[in-house]
Order: sequence, then C-alpha cells, then structure tokens
Amino acid sequence: MTVQEAVARAHREEWARIVAALTRRFGDLDVAEEAAAEAFATAVERWAEDGVPPNPGAWLTTTAQRKAIDRIRRESRREAKQQEAGMAGMWQDAPPEPVGAVEDERLRLVFTCCHPALAPDARVALTLRMLGGLTVAEIARAFLVQESAMARRITRAKAKIKAARIPYRVPAAEDLPARVAGVLTVLFLVFNEGYLATGPDTDPVRQDLTAEAIRLTRLLRALLPKDGEVAGLLALMLLTEARRTARVAPSGELVALDEQDRAAWDADLIAEGHQLVRERLATGAAPGRYQLLAAINAVHTSARDFLDTDWSQVVALYDQLVRLDRSPVVALNRAIALGELDGPAVALACVDRLAQPLDGYHAFHAARAELLRRLGRAAQSRAAYDRAIDLAGNAAETAALVRRRELPGG
Amino acid sequence: MQYLLNVIHDSAENATEAEQAAIVVFNQRMKAEGYWVFAGGLGVTDNATVVDNRGEEPLVTDGPFVESKEYVVGFWIIEAPDLDVALRLATEGSKACHRKVEVRPFL
Repeated sequence: MTVQEAVARAHREEWARIVAALTRRFGDLDVAEEAAAEAFATAVERWAEDGVPPNPGAWLTTTAQRKAIDRIRRESRREAKQQEAGMAGMWQDAPPEPVGAVEDERLRLVFTCCHPALAPDARVALTLRMLGGLTVAEIARAFLVQESAMARRITRAKAKIKAARIPYRVPAAEDLPARVAGVLTVLFLVFNEGYLATGPDTDPVRQDLTAEAIRLTRLLRALLPKDGEVAGLLALMLLTEARRTARVAPSGELVALDEQDRAAWDADLIAEGHQLVRERLATGAAPGRYQLLAAINAVHTSARDFLDTDWSQVVALYDQLVRLDRSPVVALNRAIALGELDGPAVALACVDRLAQPLDGYHAFHAARAELLRRLGRAAQSRAAYDRAIDLAGNAAETAALVRRRELPGG
Repeated sequence: MQYLLNVIHDSAENATEAEQAAIVVFNQRMKAEGYWVFAGGLGVTDNATVVDNRGEEPLVTDGPFVESKEYVVGFWIIEAPDLDVALRLATEGSKACHRKVEVRPFL
C-alpha cells in the first residue's frame, strides 16, 4: 500500500470518528473540522518520510488533538476573554447522558448535523463535510453551487449550532424515532441526488454520492442495529445500487427496468440487500416506508426477468406503502405496478386521477405515455412523451424518453 | 443559556378563555420545572413608537419599526440547557397559546 492509499483509507475509515471525538472534547465543530483536516495534511508529509504508523487512526487522533490545542492556544492568546466565554459556554453543562445511550461519538455528530433546526440543504452539506469528510469544493460540485456559496452555507450552519446551542448528543428516547427519520431523509437525499443527478449536463449517475450515502447508512446501521427503518434504507440503497451499471447504456441513455441486462446486476449487493429484508420480515414488526420500498426492490431483484416479476406481491407492498405515505408519487408507482398485474386500462384510470398534483412531474407523463402506447392510442401517447421530455431534467432520461416515444404501440 | 420565545400572530386580539387557561397551566409548569425567567403579552403595533437617537437629534416616529402581516404579540424568556429543550418548550407553548413561536438564543 502506498502512502497515498494509506492516507485515503485512513480518511475513509477514521475521518468521522476523529471529528466526532474532537467535537466532544473541545465542544466546537469548527475546531474539530479544521484540526482533523490539518492532521490528514500532516499525515501526507510525515508518513512519506517516516513510513505509515502501525495504528494510523491513533496517530491521526493524537495529531489532530495537538492541532486543536495549538489552535485554541493561538486564539486564546489573541482573544483571551472571548475564548474563555466560548469554551465555558459550549456543551460543558449539558445534562448527563440518558442510561443506555449509544456511546459512539459519531452518532452524536449525525444527530447534530441533521438537526431539524438547520435548513435542509445545510443538513446535507454538513453531514457530507463532518461525517463523509468531503471537502467543501466536492460538496459544492455535487450540488452544482459555487464553492463560496457552499462554504457560506456550512459556516452559517456551524455558527447556528454554536449560538443556538444545538446539542451534541443522541436525542432522548421519546424524540429518537422522529430524529432518526430526519437523519434518514438526509441520507436518502444524498443517495437520490447521486442516483438520478439533476441538471442536463451532469453525469446521469453520481457514484461518489451513492457510495457516500451507502457508507454513511452502513455506519448508522452499525450504530443503531435494531432500528428497522435504518436497515430498510440500507437495503433499499443496496438493491438500487446493485442495478447501477445496468441502468445506463453505453450511449449514456437511461435503461428502464424492463430493458435492463439483469446479468449485469451486482449479485453481492443484491444478496446483502435481500438478507436485510429477510431479517426485517423475521422480526414480524410492522414495516415503515423504507422497509416497504426495500421489500418492493427485493421482489424486483428476485425475478429472473421482467415478466417473471411477482407483480401481485409488488402491488400488495405498494398497497401497504400508500397507507403510510399519501404522496401522489407513491400512488403513481403503485398504478404502474398495477398495470403489469391488471393491464394498462386499469392502470391508466388510476394514473389519470393523479393529473392534478403531478402535472409538472415528468415521470407522470412518461407513465401515461407508456400505458397509452400499450393501449394503441398512438397520438395521445406521443403527446404525453413530448410533455415528459419537456419536463425531464437529466440528459440520460431525456434520451430514453425520446427513444421510447418511437417504439411501436399495442 | 437563555432563549427568547417570540409569540407570532397576525392580530393582537386577546387569547380566548381556553387559550388563556392553557397558557396559565403551561406557565405554572415552566416555573415548577425551573425554565421560567419572564413572560408578557404586547399591545398592538399601532401603539408602538420608534425612537432613533443615533443622529444629532432624537427622532420619534409613530408605528412599529417594520410593517408586516405578522408580528410579535408576546414572549417568554426561558432558561434551558440547549436548543432541544428550548424547542420542546416552544412546541408546548405554541400549542397552549395557539400561535406560532419563534425561538431565539440570547448572545
């Protein structure tokens, strides 16, 4: 392993732990983030000269702590009074931890970064920076904003955490389900942005983002192993990621589920995803939204080919999901599945009922277009494809719609 | 750490009897649990006066400093260990007085 690889690996494995431990010790996200970054920069130099230390994580933690203390000393000489107020004010008098709280520092960090008092886009950015270790420039690129704007967003969020005293701890048991749901929303957002990147000029799939979302969800799963929805989201991501390479044609066009080369799916990811879904089923607990979505994806990834799909199972799972999630997008997906079970006429009737809320959503028009084509209503199908193409935000998706528009009907 | 809980509404009409009763219960509990610092209701913004003495002469003008559809109709000042506790109290306070509540940390 080269020094570069060793640093990269340590960064992947140790960044979040180091930031979390420093935040806990010094009570300041800014100090923690900067000291961790400095420690890794020092590692690049020192390890090249002295060799990679036997325990890179411990080396980095010690180095980062020294950097943090150096910075605090520097600042305290400069602004002795302000430093005193800052250090005493932060979290020092926080109430004691409830018994049984998970001890991992990274979990506190997740809950701080995904706090509901922060703006949603700031939660995503802060999570990717503090837990994912992505640089501000990388996060800015991922979300197509100027680096300076992203830096401001993160700085503002950190300032609010400090000034409003957003706590650095695992929420109380009664708040935990809602707060975990908030964290999962952030992780799912990161994953989705990677899975279907917005913007006409971006890559159709941003593997850096999907990989990061999966890594962070794995971490959350390790920290909260009994939470069904965490397991559900991880399974959903794995079963979706498994199809990634089959999902984009060499031409750059998006390939729909019915046309994908299933041999290209990642069997290991599918096996892991199925295992998680089976584990959740075995508990007998009522599944939440992510577990149901994972189960639907498990049905799809169990089928040898599209026609072999157990559509009655898929529709039954969507029926459960509709009861938890009234979103018209869920209803649309249920209608599409119903089309495979009961035929396009039944599905079209369901889809048309969603016209009002979904008129601006390309997938609604694409679904209608597909059903109209199967019903032999060519002119209407073409008009619906035209609408879908106008509304689609991603070049790979547009290319697929343009091609499908030309498929024969019936 | 102290937080200001601003009660936001689009009219200054008094709380209903039921709301007032709920506010009394909430206030008593805040006092019993040690969060209470101070609270008060405010009159309509029509009765506000702005004084600006940054220049050579003090300037006195009628009306609020900014006209808006919604404004502060009352407030609590609370002592809480962190924002989670402040938000929980704001959630209960909003329910009691049946109005929106803005949470702002003191410096």
